[in-house]
Amino acid sequence: MIYSYYPGCTLKDRARQLDLYARASAAALGLELKELTQWQCCGAVYPAASDDIASRLSAVRALMNTEEKKLVTMCSACHHVLKRTNFDWKQDATFRTRATNYLQPEVPYDGSVEVVHFLELLRDEIGFDELKKKVVNPLTGRKIGAFYGCLLLRPSKVLSFDDPENPTIMENFIRALGAEPVSYPYRNECCGAYVAMEDQKSAQTQVERALNSAVAAGCEELITACPLCMYNLVENATVHRLPVKYFTELLAEALGVKEA
Amino acid sequence: MDQNTRFLTETVLRISGVDPRKCMKCGKCSGTCPNYDAMEYHPHQFVSMVENGLIEQLMNSNAVYLCLGCMACVERCPRHVAPGKLVGALAQLKLRKQDGNHKGGNDIAAMADEKVPQQLLMAAMRKYRK
Repeated sequence: MIYSYYPGCTLKDRARQLDLYARASAAALGLELKELTQWQCCGAVYPAASDDIASRLSAVRALMNTEEKKLVTMCSACHHVLKRTNFDWKQDATFRTRATNYLQPEVPYDGSVEVVHFLELLRDEIGFDELKKKVVNPLTGRKIGAFYGCLLLRPSKVLSFDDPENPTIMENFIRALGAEPVSYPYRNECCGAYVAMEDQKSAQTQVERALNSAVAAGCEELITACPLCMYNLVENATVHRLPVKYFTELLAEALGVKEA
Repeated sequence: MDQNTRFLTETVLRISGVDPRKCMKCGKCSGTCPNYDAMEYHPHQFVSMVENGLIEQLMNSNAVYLCLGCMACVERCPRHVAPGKLVGALAQLKLRKQDGNHKGGNDIAAMADEKVPQQLLMAAMRKYRK
């Protein structure tokens, strides 16, 4: 099965592992991720103002350049902005009209692309039971917690990713790879987000709360899908510390393609 | 309410899509806000102060920049008021004023350490300047 793939800026640099291990794992699973021939910034943050059209244009361009039916994303932030912009395209006629008038595309975007996160693809198209069968190197005995953060889950009506208060997709993913998933209360709370740059203390407070909760529940390592969560969980950890990996690295390890 | 306050209030309600009159003042938004302690004004106050014509006070506070944008209050509001949307829209209104940038491009670059992910840099560029 072929899917269009939007990596996003961070996956070409700071979060290179998120991208490389995703590609290696996809190949092992028989999925073809076809990177868009042209893509720009996803928009980085979904705009807070409904009359802010310009901030969503680059996301619209990505959707217009998608050749396959589904556009796969890895980064939580790209996924968030692309999915919400796609949702707006279908719901908000003013946005659709203004963006189309500005872009003047030869063929207007018809809203038919579906934005899916790689985790959703594993759950809904492969299935975690099937994934389990493809594991050659089960991660037996490892106690792994998932840090969801905000962007994958909220607002749940638009993202429809998982139950926003009691998500299980990443726990089921961890279980499929042979490890023991550990649920902890703060797994769907904020890492400190972009405020980390201006006010490091805010981020340190959030990270300590999350890591304290994870350690107390028995996590020995964490996985995330978000480069910003990764940065905060590692760089703004104070009292408690845990090793943090991208979920794709764990997947590549279990599929035996990490070193390839 | 003077003319300017009325204009700002109408604008922020329009671009945020928030209706403060739906609020039943349960306080769940502020109870769930992860950055409550750092903020001068809290999510429930944003809702009531905008409704009561105190929008300028909010716009003059640094609290709009301490909102993490995590949408915990948006998701958990039982009346779908979504205070976080109001906070975000107020930050936008500040930026739209003449010389309203919170930080310039060079300030943002100066705050970044070598490990900062590109996504964080881009988010700051979008959140702090026009």
